[in-house]
Amino acid sequence: MRPNIRTEADRSPEFAHWITSLPGAEKIRECMHCGLCSASCPLFAYMDYSPRQLMYLGREGFRDDVLGSFTIWLCTSCYQCTVECPRQIPVTEIMYALKRRAIEEKTYPKRLAIPVLAREFRRMVYDRGRISESWLVMKLMLKTGIHRMFGMVGLGWNLLRTGRFSLRRETIRHRGDLARMLEAVGHDSEVVP
Amino acid sequence: MKKLAYYPGCSLTGTGRAYDESLRAVFAALGEPLEELDDWNCCGATSYMSIDKAKAYALASRNLALAEREEADLLTPCNACYLVLEKTRRHLADSAEMGQRVQHALDAIGLRYEGKVRIRHPLEILTRQIGVERIKEAVKEPLKGLKVAPYYGCQVVRPYATFDDQYDPQTMDQLLKATGAKVVDYPFKTRCCGASQTGTLPKVGLHLVYRLLKEAQDRGADVMAVICSLCQFNLDVYQSKLRRVYDLPPIPILYFPQILGLALGIPADELGIDRCVVSARPVLERRAAHAA
Amino acid sequence: MLRENGFGPDPLTNGDPSDGDLTNGDPPVRIGVYVCHCGTNIARTVDVLRVTEKAGKLPGVTVARDYKYMCSDPGQELIKEDIEELGLNRIVVASCSPNLHEGTFRGATAAGGLNPFFFQMVNIREHASWVHEDRESATEKAIDLVRAAVRRVHHHKALETRRVPIRPEALVVGAGIAGITAALTLADAGKHVYLIEREASIGGHMAQFDKTFPTLDCAACILTPKMTQVRNHPNITLMTMTDVVKVDGYVGSYEVTVKHRPRYIDASLCVGCQLCVDACVYKRGKFEDEFDLGLSMRKPIYLPNAQAVPQVVLIDPEQCIQFSSGKCKQTCIEACDRDAIFLDQEEQVETLEVGAIILSTGFQTFDPRRSPHYGYGVYPNVYTALEVERLVNASGPTDGEIVLRDGEKPTSVGIVHCVGSRDEKTNPWCSKVCCMYSLKLAHLIKEKTDAEVYNFYIDMRTPGKGFEEFYQRIASEGTHLIRGKVASVYQPADGDGELLVDVEDTLAGMVRRIPVDMLILAVGLEPRADAEEVRRTFNITCSGGGWFMERHPKLAPVETFTDGVYLAGCCQGPKDIPETVAQAGAAAGQALALIDRAYIELEPNTAHVIAEDCSGCKTCIPLCPYQAILHDDENDRAEINEVLCKGCGVCVAACPSGSIIQNLFEDAEIYEEIEGVLAYA
Repeated sequence: MRPNIRTEADRSPEFAHWITSLPGAEKIRECMHCGLCSASCPLFAYMDYSPRQLMYLGREGFRDDVLGSFTIWLCTSCYQCTVECPRQIPVTEIMYALKRRAIEEKTYPKRLAIPVLAREFRRMVYDRGRISESWLVMKLMLKTGIHRMFGMVGLGWNLLRTGRFSLRRETIRHRGDLARMLEAVGHDSEVVP
Repeated sequence: MKKLAYYPGCSLTGTGRAYDESLRAVFAALGEPLEELDDWNCCGATSYMSIDKAKAYALASRNLALAEREEADLLTPCNACYLVLEKTRRHLADSAEMGQRVQHALDAIGLRYEGKVRIRHPLEILTRQIGVERIKEAVKEPLKGLKVAPYYGCQVVRPYATFDDQYDPQTMDQLLKATGAKVVDYPFKTRCCGASQTGTLPKVGLHLVYRLLKEAQDRGADVMAVICSLCQFNLDVYQSKLRRVYDLPPIPILYFPQILGLALGIPADELGIDRCVVSARPVLERRAAHAA
Repeated sequence: MLRENGFGPDPLTNGDPSDGDLTNGDPPVRIGVYVCHCGTNIARTVDVLRVTEKAGKLPGVTVARDYKYMCSDPGQELIKEDIEELGLNRIVVASCSPNLHEGTFRGATAAGGLNPFFFQMVNIREHASWVHEDRESATEKAIDLVRAAVRRVHHHKALETRRVPIRPEALVVGAGIAGITAALTLADAGKHVYLIEREASIGGHMAQFDKTFPTLDCAACILTPKMTQVRNHPNITLMTMTDVVKVDGYVGSYEVTVKHRPRYIDASLCVGCQLCVDACVYKRGKFEDEFDLGLSMRKPIYLPNAQAVPQVVLIDPEQCIQFSSGKCKQTCIEACDRDAIFLDQEEQVETLEVGAIILSTGFQTFDPRRSPHYGYGVYPNVYTALEVERLVNASGPTDGEIVLRDGEKPTSVGIVHCVGSRDEKTNPWCSKVCCMYSLKLAHLIKEKTDAEVYNFYIDMRTPGKGFEEFYQRIASEGTHLIRGKVASVYQPADGDGELLVDVEDTLAGMVRRIPVDMLILAVGLEPRADAEEVRRTFNITCSGGGWFMERHPKLAPVETFTDGVYLAGCCQGPKDIPETVAQAGAAAGQALALIDRAYIELEPNTAHVIAEDCSGCKTCIPLCPYQAILHDDENDRAEINEVLCKGCGVCVAACPSGSIIQNLFEDAEIYEEIEGVLAYA
């Protein structure tokens, strides 16, 4: 755990500028800390920083605290905070941007499976155009620890039994199209050069 | 009525196939069979947006362009797909810069998107276009005595509430009532079930699931009706795991077209009823026996 | 000493004064241009020196100067001295809005011995420095505007203002504490006041309150004597159940059409004995009592509330059986020994003539159904603060007992601040009174029930005399003060009716789930639903959110942009009682100052017809919003009554033969102004 003291050297003005320059995120400066985002968040209980605190830390430029936080990975994109915020801060979209930047800067907590899921997801979409859930789950388990698979045996059996665990690889006809299109659109870096 | 191109999304080809089966069956029974969008691709879901914004929009926009080529609107049952496609549609309309980038990417594969496609949800089509009255008339086996908790989840009502009330959506309630079932007053209609986390952070999601299921049961629901394959998975598949920690009787989680289909007299196997991990058979049989 | 920056050509060396003469034959025009810095308000964004320099070179300009504050005494003195010493005969001041200082500079022009209408004002603050960021463009724009005024002022003429008498009567609209205070002040000063009220009793919201913060004195004890005073005052004509339909005329001479809705009782006969109410065929109350916000039931014939003024019953025709079926036994009429009930009463319309109007139409509380996550209207034990005021009130539906809908005493009460305030989705403003009334309710509930009380606040706002001390007192009483806004409320099916409240305790950095059996929503204040309609009727303006707008936020807080119409109380913005009373007194004072002046001078900006050019086509007549144009049948031409003309210019623009001319807006003046603004150089 990091000691609970920060100096001004811990602040990154670039990060503060970046986060408040995201679309609609200039509103973070107007936050009155009512906590509606936190109290309406279904996953708050498991977060290290509440969404409110995270927005504030971002605005102040505490880059390492924000990008190293569990909170961004727990966001399920349910948009409750976005809808409730009395200052109309687009919290969910900011969480997405934080995920993108954390993946780009590789600052996410190492034992988290979520960024791995995102990567495997991307690869499968790139290759085949569609997601075959069963294959995605198996890949995820291989990447994040085979031991997880044993815990999932019952679940897997239930899915097999009900015909929901399909080993068919879904794919689109124009597979090359996606690759061409995704290359043409270019990479979108979150980090300011 | 503008043509609809059915966009099932990846989940409905896998763990959520019962949603696909029942939806096709219901629309066919109502005389409006679904036509699938040719060669649709993954919308990108929440995962792709976490990696690259422009690529995520480009990916989703291919589906919009395909639908536009067919001069159709997209019919999208999955909550996540619905939101991603709707968000893309709005963003491309609002941001000229992103609109141009995405069109550039579409140019590379010979497609165009000019913003003519609307994203429609089956709930909207069934209640507004086909109409509750027509469905009521088509009901052959009213589900008298079945108590249903309607669960809408997050992404059809948030952040945009395009066709229903954000806090107290009613479209599924109307359809369920049309089947003769009793809709219980369910305050967690739009609370997130945490589905996108239960797979990767199992412990986190379970408590959310427990709260949702318990409240439904406390309010007398026999089954829960859902509109999203991720919600269905999350609420259905983990129940046995849940019972190791909490005292909670099983409750079947059905897609709303499954319930609708039963009332329209479609055989249960054609609706994928047995694809529920928590079987719906006992509840349905008990109801039928009671009604008889 | 003040002329370092005078860029105008030296008057003594100005060889040919007719250089700038555009007026064919009249004495040569000698213009003085004065450019104001307004401290840094203008000078920060507009290069004042460059504007002055450019102005100095314009044809007809004798002198151009800049000055830090033109509206100050030395600034005005400059104008006066230059008129006398340099023989100026036209004055242009480039500074702020004419709304603020046109009067000032016309005065300075007159003080120098010129007709005040040889003055023209240019607004380079609101129209340039305040609305632009780029200094270069703002300066260019200021130069254009000054050039336009300089060219225009060549054509100005000497004009005389009109004097019109002011009627001594005043109208006060809305009889809450603001209207009552204003009416009593005017009446005590010997003016006749028409006090009109939409409801059946006066008193407004204050009559519904229990105790008032921070002194905790009882609202009724301080309000009812004032209500009775209104009733008995010889100078006040009180009209309840009355709406304003139309306002005609102008400052000093308004004609206000009002509509009296029937109460089906002759108010001069009824003494409020309520024998009729007892005799009503409904044995018990069946309809929601408005005064108790539906917490008690009343009959179709009823007294508005125990302290009502006037003490006169009324009948609700929507509910009375006689009105719906015509088959009631009419026991009320039988019971009334004063024969005061008249079921055939009809609406009456009347016109009041007054010199001044005070609007005190008040506010409405936020409807929490617009924020559905609080469960108001879904869970029975979610209340608004106003409902709880009735519960706490000794003359309320529970005789002052704080009980839930089932009659049980609450053991745990939550009070949610900022419901419908400080929220972009509903109302963005702070409603100012909720923190204090929430603390007051916390105190009263603790005093009466022993319940745990939780105040959920975002920021505790207690600026006011004795307010902070009150906050301290409530904190010391052990009320839980939790800093965070409640995100959701729900009643679990397996509970015993308790509500679970989720809130982030932002000071502790955790979410708390707190069971309460009563939840009070501290609803904010907002403009009344028909505020926009009222605004239009009285021809005033609204500020953001729909509150009526004062003429100046600091220096004219009770005046409006319509002369003779004043504001008092919450119709202008949220306020507590002391502020409301102070403002009502100020509004009455302004109205008195107007009335006692006995006359006012009107702008000479009226229109007149050039008789020989008028073809009598009558195009203008139906267009005039003030019915000021008549057709002279004998000579077949239009005639404008200059007393009624407000100078709107509609007839001038519409006249096909161009035979209508408006003072201060003559064609030559306007064309020169347009050419001046477009002559970019």
